[in-house]
Amino acid sequence: MDFNDSPQEAAFRAEARAWLEDNAERKGPGKVYRYKRGEPELIPAARAWEERKFEGGFSGIALPREYGGRGETRLQQIIFAEEEADYLIPPAVFSISHGMAVPTLLTYATEEQKQRYVPATLRGDEIWCQMFSEPAGGSDLAGLRTRSVRDGDADDADWIINGHKIWTSGAHYADMAILVTRSDPDAPKHKGLTYFFLDMKSPGIEVRPIRQISGYSNFNEVFMTDLRIPDAQRLGDVGQGWQVAITTLMNERVSSGVRPAPDFEDIFDLVRMTELENGPAIADGAIREKLADWYIKAQGVKLIRARLMTALSRGERPGPENSVSKLVSAFRRQEIAHFGMDLLDMGGGMVDPDLAPMRAMYQQALLDAPGGRIAAGSDEILRNIISERVLGLPPDIRVDKELPFDQLPSGR
Amino acid sequence: MNFDFSEEQYLLRDQAKKFLNDRAPPAAVRAVLEDDATSHDHGLWQDMARLGWVGTTIPEEYGGAGLNGEDLCVIAEELGRTLAPTPFSSSVYLATGALLMAGSERQKQDYLPDLAAGARIGCMAVAEGIGVAHATSIQTSVNDGVMTGKKLPVADGDAADFAIVLAKQGAVGDLSLFLVDLDGDGVHRTPVAMIDPTRSHAEITFEGAAAEPLGAPGDGWSLTQAIFDRAAIPMAFEQVGGAQACLDMATEYAKNRFAFGRAIGSFQAIKHKLADIYVATELARANAYYGAWALANDAPDLPTAAAAARVAAGEAYNLAARENIQTHGGMGFTWEFDCHMYYRRAKLLSLALGGERRWKDRLVSLLETRNSSGEE
Repeated sequence: MDFNDSPQEAAFRAEARAWLEDNAERKGPGKVYRYKRGEPELIPAARAWEERKFEGGFSGIALPREYGGRGETRLQQIIFAEEEADYLIPPAVFSISHGMAVPTLLTYATEEQKQRYVPATLRGDEIWCQMFSEPAGGSDLAGLRTRSVRDGDADDADWIINGHKIWTSGAHYADMAILVTRSDPDAPKHKGLTYFFLDMKSPGIEVRPIRQISGYSNFNEVFMTDLRIPDAQRLGDVGQGWQVAITTLMNERVSSGVRPAPDFEDIFDLVRMTELENGPAIADGAIREKLADWYIKAQGVKLIRARLMTALSRGERPGPENSVSKLVSAFRRQEIAHFGMDLLDMGGGMVDPDLAPMRAMYQQALLDAPGGRIAAGSDEILRNIISERVLGLPPDIRVDKELPFDQLPSGR
Repeated sequence: MNFDFSEEQYLLRDQAKKFLNDRAPPAAVRAVLEDDATSHDHGLWQDMARLGWVGTTIPEEYGGAGLNGEDLCVIAEELGRTLAPTPFSSSVYLATGALLMAGSERQKQDYLPDLAAGARIGCMAVAEGIGVAHATSIQTSVNDGVMTGKKLPVADGDAADFAIVLAKQGAVGDLSLFLVDLDGDGVHRTPVAMIDPTRSHAEITFEGAAAEPLGAPGDGWSLTQAIFDRAAIPMAFEQVGGAQACLDMATEYAKNRFAFGRAIGSFQAIKHKLADIYVATELARANAYYGAWALANDAPDLPTAAAAARVAAGEAYNLAARENIQTHGGMGFTWEFDCHMYYRRAKLLSLALGGERRWKDRLVSLLETRNSSGEE
């Protein structure tokens, strides 16, 4: 075993660090990034940061040079992300663009489309959103109902889209979207889907932000009424939408690796600055046990990531590690948020960032954390994935796999 | 970055797996479980010595294989997976570890070749009954080279030829370590019944036994902690191996046991339980691997890595062993099924070297020191 970078990796890390030092402010005690997700000022700042990275050669690190990338490996991409995490930078507004839209375009779009869209995305000019989930299909993605119908009989006829998407992150500021629709309701549910990309300024799109329990709006409902999409913007064959969506989602499981806050280091800091009725909080046995448990989880996730990097450096495909990490981290964040507030006792309920420690990190996380356990594979779906794909246990008994979609029971 | 075992280490693992599947099947473990007079599987121990496992980390000049801590961990995981009933942890992790760390050249020459060959078995005697053994609780003492006191439980104390004993130097003296020949005069040993009868333990009474200092006088407590730190890492691999065995058993059973017209493994109540065991085991494995790296490289971070590995592996094994019984239903509660052998071992291992609460406390203390010294 060897935790050191190879000479090549070390050189890349040094280059990344030097560039970040020149272009961003390093994190420090009590320093947090100035805009939160959901604040309007965030988007221009995020675009500017993306453009700066693009100019510096650090956007799309693992993507081919001909599309504006750097042509390096996923490992280099992770190294950059590790270093970037030490700096005060905008929260990940581009993760769907880079992690989901671009890999799907690179797999299924025409050469001309790749040239048109990929560099523009890497430069920060275009932000993508992902229109998959629907009121009737969240975890059961293939249950979606948004209809796509050909406008005429020609092989390259436009498509007319009608339907309703939900939980669409960033749809209120996105320039472009990827979209899965149902083109054949007579086929079994996984076989009647077709996949597109589109301009969010197209006529027939209405975006309505959803107000979350935090009060912020990161998600939206998107209503499509007679939305017209040229056939040239179809990705994959008609009826092949499920396979294309899987390409997108495989990338989601790898791309969402951002450290949740508060994590172990944050709660450790808070405990050490807290005085209880009978002495320092850090001297309390019950609290120490909790800290130990959170440390081994945080450290375990970090080390599982090291194993992922090892696999990537050997050119292997990532395994189920990301399901484990996300399952563990999302839940831990909620636990830590609860405990952090409890530690503040009667004052713990105050949400004013000028009064609550660490700019109200714990209070904010309490309200954000439930979403982390639902988005990008809920806790329950991740446990299904682990038990079925890793342990080989039988799939759930399904009543929906072979029936034509329009004959499935739908409830209310 | 290469956070994985090497090809040679994978070969070693395959060899260990094959050998132990053959030589330490559940029936062999059960034979020790059901025979009160047997401390361990003597034939298995001799064969493990012949394979060079017992001397894994002993340098070649003392008759060992001269391998590193990672290799030891590879073997430990397989020992844990099969519950192999031998004094391996006492003789290899603790006694050998203590001599390598603190032994004089003469002591090394005297003990290590025999330890490597499996001809002598060592153990370590710290606890003195119920409760936490700590720097000021130890009563066993040595005056003019003669030991008086009582240690219990001592893992493998009845099987071992010698013990490394933590004792006071003089009536009020500092703690030091001593080597004591357990077949010598003034030593009385009686077996102690333990929660896991496949691992033998003894009560050892010293009444004027000859005791030879090991390491500098007064270093007894810090040496014990350092020896425990290093032992905790292969011990964590035994725990990870055991947790994995429980997960495998439960998964296999859930696939083949049918109720309500379907495999019980198709119910999410079972699937999610087993997914949780998988997650805990993977977290433990990751922490244990880091410990193996720290052990092989003598990393400054070793005590923290050891404590994290120990806590994570103990929790994973206890969870896996408990929920394995639950998954098996009533049959899991019977003597006849093997589930209880893992349940017992899981608990025993999490008490050996000190309980979970103590290691959690130590982990946090180490993290406090690390943070205040400004390291990452």
